[in-house]
Amino acid sequence: MPRSVKKGPYVDERLLLRVETMNSRGEKKVLKTWARASTISPEFVGHTVAVHNGNKFIPVYITENMVGHKLGEFAPTRLFRGHSGKLADKRAKAI
Amino acid sequence: MARIAGVDLPRGKRIEIALTYIYGIGRSRAQEILGVCGVDPDRRTQDLSDDDVNRLRRTIEGNYKVEGALRTETSMNIKRLMDIGCYRGLRHRRGLPVRGQRTHTNARTKKGPRRAIAGKKKATKK
Repeated sequence: MPRSVKKGPYVDERLLLRVETMNSRGEKKVLKTWARASTISPEFVGHTVAVHNGNKFIPVYITENMVGHKLGEFAPTRLFRGHSGKLADKRAKAI
Repeated sequence: MARIAGVDLPRGKRIEIALTYIYGIGRSRAQEILGVCGVDPDRRTQDLSDDDVNRLRRTIEGNYKVEGALRTETSMNIKRLMDIGCYRGLRHRRGLPVRGQRTHTNARTKKGPRRAIAGKKKATKK
């Protein structure tokens, strides 16, 4: 079920503040954040946000299409390389 | 022959049902359309006058996205998800369920017929 319209989208306040100061100064820096639940608001477009996936920060370049999605959707938390077996052994060597 | 939005409607069926042969029109939309056009839903397709059919055609083509246009929109939406590299897009790419369903068992609609796993022993009956 989607979030109530009355509340408006959840955007991490500190992150938004940091993005806005960067916008006013015309800076472009990679922002590290743990705020995976934060919605991407239009101010974010063009920036790169490093989103934590529980292990490391995944750099995400924000494009216009991503507005309205959450940051966490772009930093997968699970890594599945396939099941064991002959095929999997070959794949593991390739990586 | 009633032909609406590039689909031939079955002649012998009630028009309420016949309209649902168009992609993008189900029962509730069919009833809505018939209400707007003032056509009795119990009449058969073959009994409709040309005037009725024309009115239906104009209503459908003017107000609803059906058939090709609707299919394009759906596939564009999926393509967008895949292009931006979000979780839902990844699931579409891998052909797995998108909305958090379990995949340990089931999920056969998305995954297709079961594939045998090489080297896995079959359970033997005792």
